Amino acid sequence: MIKAKHILGGAAALLAAGAVLAAGADLGQAQKQATNWTAIVMFAMFVGITLWITKWAAGKTKTAADFYTAGGGITGFQNGLAIAGDYMSAASFLGISGLVFGSGFDGLIFSIGWLVGWPVITFLMAERLRNLGKFTFADVAGYRFDPGPIRTFAACGSLVVVAFYLIAQMVGAGQLIKLLFGLDYIVAVCLVGCIMMVYVLFGGMTATTWVQIIKAVMLLTGATFMAFAVMLQFGFSPEAMFSKAVEVHSKKDAIMGPGALINDPVSAISVGMALMFGTAGLPHILMRFFTVPSAKEARKSVGWATTWIGYFYILTFIIGFGAITNLIPNPADYFVNGEIAKGLNGGGNMAAVHLSKAVGGDLFMGFISAVAFATILAVVAGLTLSGASAVSHDLYASVWRHGNVDSATELRVSKITTVCLGIFAVLLGIVFEKENVAFMVMLAFAVACSANFPVLFMSVLWKDCTTKGAVAGGTVGLISSVALTIMSPAVWEVSLGHAKGSAMFPYASPAIFSMTAAFVVIYLVSKMDNSAQAKKERALFPAQLIRSETGVGASGASGH
Amino acid sequence: MKEEDIVERIQKNPKFMQFVRMRNNYSIVLSIMMMVVYFGYILLVAFNKQFLATKISAGAVTSIGIPLGVGVLVFTIVITAIYVRRANNEFDATKDEIVREASK
Repeated sequence: MIKAKHILGGAAALLAAGAVLAAGADLGQAQKQATNWTAIVMFAMFVGITLWITKWAAGKTKTAADFYTAGGGITGFQNGLAIAGDYMSAASFLGISGLVFGSGFDGLIFSIGWLVGWPVITFLMAERLRNLGKFTFADVAGYRFDPGPIRTFAACGSLVVVAFYLIAQMVGAGQLIKLLFGLDYIVAVCLVGCIMMVYVLFGGMTATTWVQIIKAVMLLTGATFMAFAVMLQFGFSPEAMFSKAVEVHSKKDAIMGPGALINDPVSAISVGMALMFGTAGLPHILMRFFTVPSAKEARKSVGWATTWIGYFYILTFIIGFGAITNLIPNPADYFVNGEIAKGLNGGGNMAAVHLSKAVGGDLFMGFISAVAFATILAVVAGLTLSGASAVSHDLYASVWRHGNVDSATELRVSKITTVCLGIFAVLLGIVFEKENVAFMVMLAFAVACSANFPVLFMSVLWKDCTTKGAVAGGTVGLISSVALTIMSPAVWEVSLGHAKGSAMFPYASPAIFSMTAAFVVIYLVSKMDNSAQAKKERALFPAQLIRSETGVGASGASGH
Repeated sequence: MKEEDIVERIQKNPKFMQFVRMRNNYSIVLSIMMMVVYFGYILLVAFNKQFLATKISAGAVTSIGIPLGVGVLVFTIVITAIYVRRANNEFDATKDEIVREASK
């Protein structure tokens, strides 16, 4: 209910693009619904199958390489689906279709932003990551840099991104379970925490990958069926669908054009930069490139991932319009007290779930609800694994033990970290239950594009980059992106409750400033760095270049 | 042959630097194309909402913004596919050739 107002009224009420963009990526506060047994049984089946896979994967997970990267034995096509499964969150499925249901066209602008980072990863990052890295993206920056400082920085950057993303997912899981299954918030948070820990602890990357693949296939199949059913109603004519939607929607023709989503160009560009370059700095996404055996497979993965994710966003757009044309003419079935003005039962994010009932009956609705919840599990497992590898591989094995550690010990540390992260996620999920966490996903993207991306980009592509430059610039990006986000309206006013208009930083995302600052500092500090260490690092660039471009010397990287 | 020797030979091969330059340029050109298309669309939303809300033809309901927006999604997929195809065939063949020469 509250969420319905959030999305329907949000576009007009909130100041700037990113506040609304971020609001759409959040599931907000939700009212508990009646217990939905069909959905619970379907979800239990999903968990049963994935746990059986975990058991199988556990037999194959013996070394640290198996745990972090499934031994590098995933094919490009499989990895593409797994990346899509990692990236298509419940918030993007329910949130975007809900935004389309509420505002029409604006939902499309939103989904485009979430896709455009993928070509950048393909052109600039994917195969270089594969050729230079082993387990974490810090391996890439650490190739020629002083391992202590660069890995400490990279682990911090990873953990900050993982923490914010994880909190957003856990709170979303709790809200979602109230809506979809009619269970308590705390049940959801503990359930997600426990199942995820089982996947990661016992099955490592192999189990996580297959959970993500299965979830991606289920989500794509369900969404395809819904979009197909909607298009069938209109004889596959988008024009017929749009004209029916305009006829029944309270905003009439306004749903066919941009609304209040973007008014301020600085925020628009800044949010765009965060989404475009942030995707290339998300540790759980970058880590997926180490699971394939070669640069060729890494490229194929990202090609497939982009295809599936783009296809999925086109489907959510059709689903949102299908919800308009199917739900609004039947207010008694789907709206609070049968009144359209009071919003959808369960809130605006329920548009896709109600539509699944309208086109496929109770059984299909159970399926879609189960998929939406399974989605959170898949995303959370990937995040936890990347957080655990940052701690065990970068901080413990490389920085603290200077690489003098055997695979079994490193594996044990990753498992301990996984348990800690799982408990941490459950506790924070409970602490943040009543909070507005809409900004957290945007903050994760802001940090990823201002701290992780510039360091990776400059260390791989610029020969004069040094450890001092990378660490100084990355730290500036990290601190400025977090500080400016806290001072922005979405946090300062909406979450912290200060007076409207009191936010010191007026824009929706810090990216345009914090990412630029990171690049400038990396450049200046590297240029000024004339230490012996810097000379050594520059001298290593040609060898790094050859390895990143050809893979020569990378054969041992995947552990085979 | 030792790996260090291969690395040294590749480094001395003028074809290698030529290859890297060519491929980096290609990557950068495609990245810039993607940025122009995406930020172009976003700036259109920020500055010219009227244009995007214009109907595609007289009497139609569909606005220009919708095919354009779906076009950006499709463009993103296509430009990625073009790069992957060219890199997996042509670039990899050139790279393998350079590595083979150095390994002889």
